[in-house]
Amino acid sequence: MSPYLTSLRAIVTREALRFIHQRERFIAALVRPLIWLLVFAAGFRAALGLSIIPPYQTYITYETYIVPGLCGMILLFNGMQSSLSLVYDREMGSMKLLLTSPLPRWWLLFCKLVGSTSISVLQAYAFLAIAAAFGISMPAVGYITALPALVVAGVMLGALGLLLSSLIKQLENFAGVMNFVIFPMFFLSSALYPLWKMAESSELLFTICALNPFTQAVELIRFALYASFNGSALFWTLAATAAFTTAALWGYNPARTGISRKG
Amino acid sequence: MSGLKVSNLSYNYGAKTALDDVSFELETGTFCALLGPNGAGKSTLFNLLTRLLVAQQGHIEIAGFDIATTPRKALERLGIVFQQTTLDLDLTVRQNLSYFAALHGISGRDARQRIDASLDKLGMRERADEKARTLNGGHKRRAEIARALIHNPMVLLLDEPTVGLDAAARSAITNHVHELTQEGTTILWATHLTDEVQPDDRLVILHQANVLADGIAREISGDLPLKDRILHLTAVPA
Repeated sequence: MSPYLTSLRAIVTREALRFIHQRERFIAALVRPLIWLLVFAAGFRAALGLSIIPPYQTYITYETYIVPGLCGMILLFNGMQSSLSLVYDREMGSMKLLLTSPLPRWWLLFCKLVGSTSISVLQAYAFLAIAAAFGISMPAVGYITALPALVVAGVMLGALGLLLSSLIKQLENFAGVMNFVIFPMFFLSSALYPLWKMAESSELLFTICALNPFTQAVELIRFALYASFNGSALFWTLAATAAFTTAALWGYNPARTGISRKG
Repeated sequence: MSGLKVSNLSYNYGAKTALDDVSFELETGTFCALLGPNGAGKSTLFNLLTRLLVAQQGHIEIAGFDIATTPRKALERLGIVFQQTTLDLDLTVRQNLSYFAALHGISGRDARQRIDASLDKLGMRERADEKARTLNGGHKRRAEIARALIHNPMVLLLDEPTVGLDAAARSAITNHVHELTQEGTTILWATHLTDEVQPDDRLVILHQANVLADGIAREISGDLPLKDRILHLTAVPA
């Protein structure tokens, strides 16, 4: 087997083992969107009237509307979780082991990204299965066509996590990520409300939401879940992935002093 | 042949100089102790030798390969034991070693044979299936040294590998690593403990970003115990 595939398999397996060892993480990752779906959505059902917007062809319940956004939420939290574990790895020193391997650094980081995205996508499917069990289901073919969308969105958010991990110096700074990345990204998006609703309140907020790459990722998933293709969402998600990846590679460049400064 | 060659290496963190024109060369199969008080620049030197940092000035050659121009060839020939434990505590010793082997592109039967040989060398074979978390400090270290040897490195770097260990474990590990030089491995052993340096070892003393002394330990210490000689050499004039 080529050294590239050997290392890919090892890194992905390690990510998977780590995930299995942290059963609470899996449960937390599922409970969070389920609370939104089963509690928040139930409460908000009456408050938010939804008109028919693509890709929906009929009136839908609020629960149905937020499913793609909650899939995005799982990918977002997981991307940040893997970023947190990278910072932890760095503090514990095991990141050094990875970065001193003779394989190219971009490849090693790519392997990490594949590992974290695979876990994200599995979690999203676990969530979709539970949602379906509660009667909130998508067209059957949507579960297949959603796969590439979930992968692309997962890679984008994983790349964002990678970038953040290269910039965050200490584990303690991670609370800031929660406040300044996760919450704004999630709330300033189409995950919980359609953007035309936002436009009614504020043009500025609408523009910010439309520019938010997380909105694009959520729309990509939303359309894919109904076997529709949203070209512009795909384009912007890929563009954001490229930008985050390039910046992350820069962040992990050994010529920068951030990675291993000590003594 | 040169195992490790450091020429005119300098590194600054902004205004703070961590290394200033550091040079030394180790022949293949040399055991060299790198001694220096905290803040002397040892960790920066290790980060440069392992390419976690890139030198701002100067060159590093590992088994003849320049780490700036041929980083992969250089890293392939380098084994590293970091100061902090870098074992995954939830995995067994063998799983930890397999992960490392894979990062060097080694898998399958080849990996298993190398891992067994490496564990044998450090007397750790019977602990292969224990979780890293259950090992004591000395055994964790030995597992890490075994791991660093899987790919048969020509140069082995150890950054204060005996920190936090009791006297017996320290002496066992120091002896194990000295034995590796008989197979032609070049060793650079960073420490601030003079009792880990044997009289015939090569010794490089780093102090305030510079090489303060470079030679055979016995010759550097002269008629004083090494500890006193170092204190004398690194004393700040009143």
